[in-house]
Amino acid sequence: MTGFLVIILRELRISLRHRSDMAAVLAFFALVATLFAFGVGPDALAGLGGGIVWTAALLAAMLSLDRLFQPDHDDGGLVLLILSPVPLELVVLAKVIAHWLTAGVPILVLAPLLGVALQFPAGSLPGLLAGMALGTPILSLLGALGAALVLGARRAGVLTALLILPLVIPVLIFGVAATDPASGPAPVLFLGAMLLGALALCPWATAAALRQAVR
Amino acid sequence: MSSEAPPLFRGEDIACRRGGHEVFRGIGFALRPGGALLLTGPNGSGKTSLLQVMAGLIPAASGRIEWQGRDIRDEPAAHAARLHHVGHRTGSRAILTLEEDLVFWSRLRGPASRRRCLLALGRFDLLHLRDLPVQALSSGQQRRLALARLLVTPASIWLLDEATVGLDRSGVASLESAIARHRRSGGLLVIASHIPVVLADPVSRLALGGTDRQARSP
Repeated sequence: MTGFLVIILRELRISLRHRSDMAAVLAFFALVATLFAFGVGPDALAGLGGGIVWTAALLAAMLSLDRLFQPDHDDGGLVLLILSPVPLELVVLAKVIAHWLTAGVPILVLAPLLGVALQFPAGSLPGLLAGMALGTPILSLLGALGAALVLGARRAGVLTALLILPLVIPVLIFGVAATDPASGPAPVLFLGAMLLGALALCPWATAAALRQAVR
Repeated sequence: MSSEAPPLFRGEDIACRRGGHEVFRGIGFALRPGGALLLTGPNGSGKTSLLQVMAGLIPAASGRIEWQGRDIRDEPAAHAARLHHVGHRTGSRAILTLEEDLVFWSRLRGPASRRRCLLALGRFDLLHLRDLPVQALSSGQQRRLALARLLVTPASIWLLDEATVGLDRSGVASLESAIARHRRSGGLLVIASHIPVVLADPVSRLALGGTDRQARSP
């Protein structure tokens, strides 16, 4: 358990020293949402806000994935993590939690602000927040798997996005549905089920991919 | 240490394949408490691969490696916990300070007091640099930091893969005295190094890339 916490603290410390990376993700998030808004124009914007905020959040999250395992792979720390007494699945989970705290939570905080800017009806905000609260950890879990699979490949960042974005389409669909107050609690429950599924599967698959990466 | 003691760590008939071609085969070794094994051979002869196989990082294509008679593949976590591996890349994150880096890797392996970390930094003459980020160090100093990890948490087996690259004379001397203390307390050492490292007897030698594949004691 100590090892688990020690990894989370180290990741948070590193993220804090690389604050500009975090800021870049948020700026990209805001920028993509703004581009959509300018693209469709103010009259057509009504009803599109949920889709725009969610799509922008997914794209922004892709930017943050290369710092999950790539630095460890480059500096040799990955071998030390694999050879540590902490089970590699727990190492992955600790890294995912730290990633969510430094990428998912800031996106979660910024999302309602962008929603307001995109003329969200007030009734949609709780659904957006609930959907994002469950959806961003799924992004971190699936993103870790994608980042681990492409370790050592050229243009790993693009490859991660190509691998992961198709997998997060269900998250997008239910996340956008959750922003519609008329749809009730069902989409949020689906997101919760997906989060539990990802939590049960992704750490094991990611650990296996990491073991392959050092061979 | 008595040479009559049964070997703690032994391997027989080990083969390794990488990228579809055979790196080596028929390798054997046996280490008793306090024993050391020096790997020699030209570039590409498989010293790094053998050390990775010994660490359990890559599976041997054939053969087996045992710790106290038990196959290391049967208990990978326990095997990882009893070894230190220092490879070509140091594993230190450039943005962290020396002390943060050393404390992290040591805490990951078990209880590691700050005092022991500072002591280890002192042994490799890094104590005055402890608040600097790793990226401010020279490559030889980064290598010293990686070696300082050996001293904080105990491990029975040290696997050192070209761990002397970039070290100056005093760095090699610090490593030699660390190795001597480790072996006096019964620890094992497997080392591949192009820079001569003075090792006390008994040292077995294993020349990779040749025809003689059994570790020889002089």
